[in-house]
This record gives sequence, structure tokens and C-alpha cells, in this order.
Amino acid sequence: MATKIIVDCSTGTTTEVELTAEEVAQQEVDAKAYVIEQAERDADAKAKADAKASAQAKLAALGLTADEIAALGN
Amino acid sequence: MATANTFVQIGSTVTVGSGGAANISFSSIPATYTDLVLIISGRSDYAATISRAKMQINAITTNYSNTMAYGDGSSVSSTTNTDYITYIYSVGSTATASTFSNSNIYIPNYAGSNYKSVSVDSVTENNATAAYAVIEAGLLSNTAAISSLTITDANSGNFVQYSTASLYGILKY
Repeated sequence: MATKIIVDCSTGTTTEVELTAEEVAQQEVDAKAYVIEQAERDADAKAKADAKASAQAKLAALGLTADEIAALGN
Repeated sequence: MATANTFVQIGSTVTVGSGGAANISFSSIPATYTDLVLIISGRSDYAATISRAKMQINAITTNYSNTMAYGDGSSVSSTTNTDYITYIYSVGSTATASTFSNSNIYIPNYAGSNYKSVSVDSVTENNATAAYAVIEAGLLSNTAAISSLTITDANSGNFVQYSTASLYGILKY
């Protein structure tokens, strides 16, 4: 059973207790949300990388050298 | 009476035992100081190179907002969300054995009646390309003085043995 550690700052005592059913359920919700958020972040990063590569290819097709494209910034 | 401009430990350092812990809480935080600093050395049993932890203030679940910038060893990105003061990163179970993250969370004017701002500086360790460095600015739109902080592994993982958390107060005046 998962536990939590609680420090009572007024007394300095530390206790370890089992999570409640509600806390376990919230953990599961958080875990699912994290997977979704991570997928969204990965998709966003890939979209940005793809757009950058596409722009660089179009600039190269116009005749810019790699150094000239790099000079335009990242 | 604490000396101004020094770190004073509040409560005691938590060192997670062999059974692990899903979360770590500091309760009944006195309003004695000006600022709070929470320092965490964390590793999770979540099966990835990193895991994410969230920080909940006063058991509040709403009215958070934050933005963060992070590097993962290959690229840099930024993101925003409204789900707690998240992105306190821990080392995950597939990262190099016996490595831990280092996170520093600064909360100014925690006992005042303004909204509560939080800054987070968090890094993970891994003997490979994939290691994370994260900075984050967060806001809790709530005016209550902070009396409790809870750090929870957000991936249903557990902080593993030898993870630590320490809370300090800083008296500025």
C-alpha cells in the first residue's frame, strides 16, 4: 500500500501513513493526465521541428546557402 | 528569534525509507518567516528517465497557473499549465542507478495576504543525453497564508528510498 510522509512543523514529528482511497484515485487521474500532456508536448515539439525543417528547405530552394540560412537565426 | 537573512530549518528533513512514499507533506508551517525554501533530492520508481512531481499548497486544487522552460539534453521547450505548481522533476527508474534530482522551490511572502508566487529550479541527473533542467514561475491565486505543502509523484509512482525533502524559513526583517 502506498504511503505518505507528514512532517508536523509545529511539533517536529514525522509520521508515515497509508494513502486514502481518494488519494490513490487522484494519483491515477494525475498519471493519465501526465501521459496526455506529455504526448501533447511531444507533438508540439515535433510540429515546431517539422516547420523549421520545411522553412529551411524552402530557403535552400530559393538559393540561400546553409550559412545564410543559419544567419537568419534559429 | 531567528536571525534575519539566514536559512532556518522548519521541522526535520524527510528521508524516504525502504518502502518508498507517494507524497511528502509539511503541515502546520508557522507564519514566523518571510520566505520559504523547499529543497528536494528525488528519485521515483516511475519507469522513465524522469518523473514529475506536483506541489499542492494548503490542499488547494484550483487557481494555479505556471509557465516553465526546460531543456532535455537535446532541445529546449516551454509550456504553461494550470495544474498545480508542477514540473518539479525527479529522476525516474530507468535513469542511471543511484542518481537523484535536485530541486529548489522558493516561495516569497508566504504568510502574507497576497497571491502566492513560486519559483522552481529543478535538474535531473543521468549518465546519458536525456537529462532535464527546468525553471518555472508559478502563481496560486489565493490569499491565504501558506500552512502546508505537499509534494506528490504525479505519475502514480513513489519517491524511492533516500529521496529527501527539507523545508527552510528565511526571515528578511
